[in-house]
Amino acid sequence: MAHPTSGPAAGPQIREIRSAGTIRMAIPLVALAAALIAPFWFYPIFVMKFLCFALFAAAFNLLLGYTGLLSFGHAAFFGGGAYFTAHVVKIWGLTPELGLIVGTLGAAALGLVIGAIALRRSGIYFTMITLALAQMFYFFCLQAPFTHGEDGLQLGPRGHLFGVIDLGQAMNLYYFVLAVVLIGMFVIWRFVNSPFGMILRSIRDNEQRAISLGYSVQAYKLGAFVMSAALSGLAGGLKALVFQLATLTDVAWQMSGEVVLMTLIGGIGTQAGPVVGSGVFIALQNNLATSDFPVTIIMGVVFMVCVLVFRRGIVGNSLPRASGGRLG
Amino acid sequence: MSASPVMAQPAPSDQAGAPVVLTARGLGRDFHGFTAVSNVDLDVRHAQIHALIGPNGAGKTTVFNLLTKFLQPTRGQIELLGTDITRMKPEAVARMGLVRSFQISAVFPNLTVLENVRVALQRPDNLATQFWLPMGVLDRLNDHADSFIDRLGLAEYRDTRAGDLSYGRKRVLEIATTLALDPKVLLLDEPMAGMGQEDVQMVAAIIRDVARERAVLMVEHNLSVVADICDHVTVLQRGEILAQGDYDTVAADPRVRTAYMGTED
Ligand SMILES: Nc1ncnc2c1ncn2[C@@H]1O[C@H](COP(=O)(O)OP(=O)(O)OP(=O)(O)O)[C@@H](O)[C@H]1O
Ligand SMILES: [Mg+2]
Repeated sequence: MAHPTSGPAAGPQIREIRSAGTIRMAIPLVALAAALIAPFWFYPIFVMKFLCFALFAAAFNLLLGYTGLLSFGHAAFFGGGAYFTAHVVKIWGLTPELGLIVGTLGAAALGLVIGAIALRRSGIYFTMITLALAQMFYFFCLQAPFTHGEDGLQLGPRGHLFGVIDLGQAMNLYYFVLAVVLIGMFVIWRFVNSPFGMILRSIRDNEQRAISLGYSVQAYKLGAFVMSAALSGLAGGLKALVFQLATLTDVAWQMSGEVVLMTLIGGIGTQAGPVVGSGVFIALQNNLATSDFPVTIIMGVVFMVCVLVFRRGIVGNSLPRASGGRLG
Repeated sequence: MSASPVMAQPAPSDQAGAPVVLTARGLGRDFHGFTAVSNVDLDVRHAQIHALIGPNGAGKTTVFNLLTKFLQPTRGQIELLGTDITRMKPEAVARMGLVRSFQISAVFPNLTVLENVRVALQRPDNLATQFWLPMGVLDRLNDHADSFIDRLGLAEYRDTRAGDLSYGRKRVLEIATTLALDPKVLLLDEPMAGMGQEDVQMVAAIIRDVARERAVLMVEHNLSVVADICDHVTVLQRGEILAQGDYDTVAADPRVRTAYMGTED
């Protein structure tokens, strides 16, 4: 039986490459289409939670995957962004988009301070210092009056985007969140695929060599750290607008752990990895929340399976070596 | 070149000729009480190839780390092109034109050969800090990068991941990357270790070629290469200088024969 072939004299390999290229082009488009219609299929609030965490994980991956720095203090930026945004929207009466800008800049400033201190050390010491400084910020939030401690900072009505569009409408809110997350993702994509991003990759690969070529690696690392903190703050601010709440949970160390898990599950150093990882994570968390079984144990098992079976994460393992998961 | 007060003392084996570009006086380094390098005086001259040889553990790599400031000296002074660099940071020293290679091949394994060489060009060509521009702007550097890739016979590996190259090819790539910086002083730590005979010949020829317009200080175990291309030889033993001079003088020195070649025939 003769099979009709699609192209004249296109060898199987060429066709394979071409279709792989088509798939790589198609995935973002399919994902975008899915995101546009998702609120008609799922609870918008659930999808928005996923979007916020996808951005958070992508911002974290900018640091871990593309710079090789493992921070265990990113809750400070996520939670800090949430508090800053919630505070200026509630108390100063700023519009939501201005609130997000304040949350992003506040987290960037926090990132500059924490990064400048933590980057004096490397490896596990760097990680430990980020954890310690984030814990200090946690206790600051616990004590400071503007956070309202255990009660959290509760927002009133969602307000109007640019003073015009009512975010109280579920669909308006959803497409606003989607737009912000897409912008954030684009910024990350541009950042890691820029001349600066190339230097970050070289530092990740061989720091000593980068120094010997005359690069001030500390400055480059700090730049990546601040950018990662800023976008984590954007994700946190967005989360505060969606849930009308900024709480201590957002700045607690468990949040730092969760973003590490999400990123590792999906695959570090790839664009799609953190998105997939946060999707898996949020879905599990939601489904398990209603069961009696301790969520942490299941998460731990899922994490171990992911690390053992897919060594480069779900996305990293499903891509050919050259095009993704380059940290293997 | 006028000597600074710090560098007033000439090196013992001072030879007339080309200007000195890199000077060390009384260089020393201790590791927790163990003296790895002690009292090393060096004069590296423009347009000359200077070999640093000695048995394993003699302290050659440590001297390189001190000169390039990857390690802080415990004692002594270093001067590069008339500037005291004893307290400078390694990246600042590199920017002044003192560039090193590493004993253990140092490439960026997840970058392609082309990207490896381009990383060296990005900083001098002011294309390193732009985080808002697309990666495509780096294609501007391709022609320049390709000239080094071609010169070192890596053209067919241009788009190969550096981590997938053979050991010898990685070393060649490291030299290509180092040369791309157009250093004034080139420090090569065993550049030919692990290379096939053909590559050794090619790299020796390239080193000789590039040394016409810059100083080269190299650690090399292959003595026939040293005899072939080096103008000046310093022998190190247990962190101290045992002998200096041209290859024939040094090779004839009985102490060198005992210490380095291990025989006293
Ligand atoms: N960071 C360090 N800490 C402690 N000891 C060190 C350190 N670096 C080097 N040494 C010691 O200093 C001595 C000189 O080492 P070095 O690597 O400079 O030798 P080398 O001449 O380059 O040897 P080889 O030919 O094997 O490369 C060795 O005894 C080594 O163990
Ligand atoms: Mg050595």
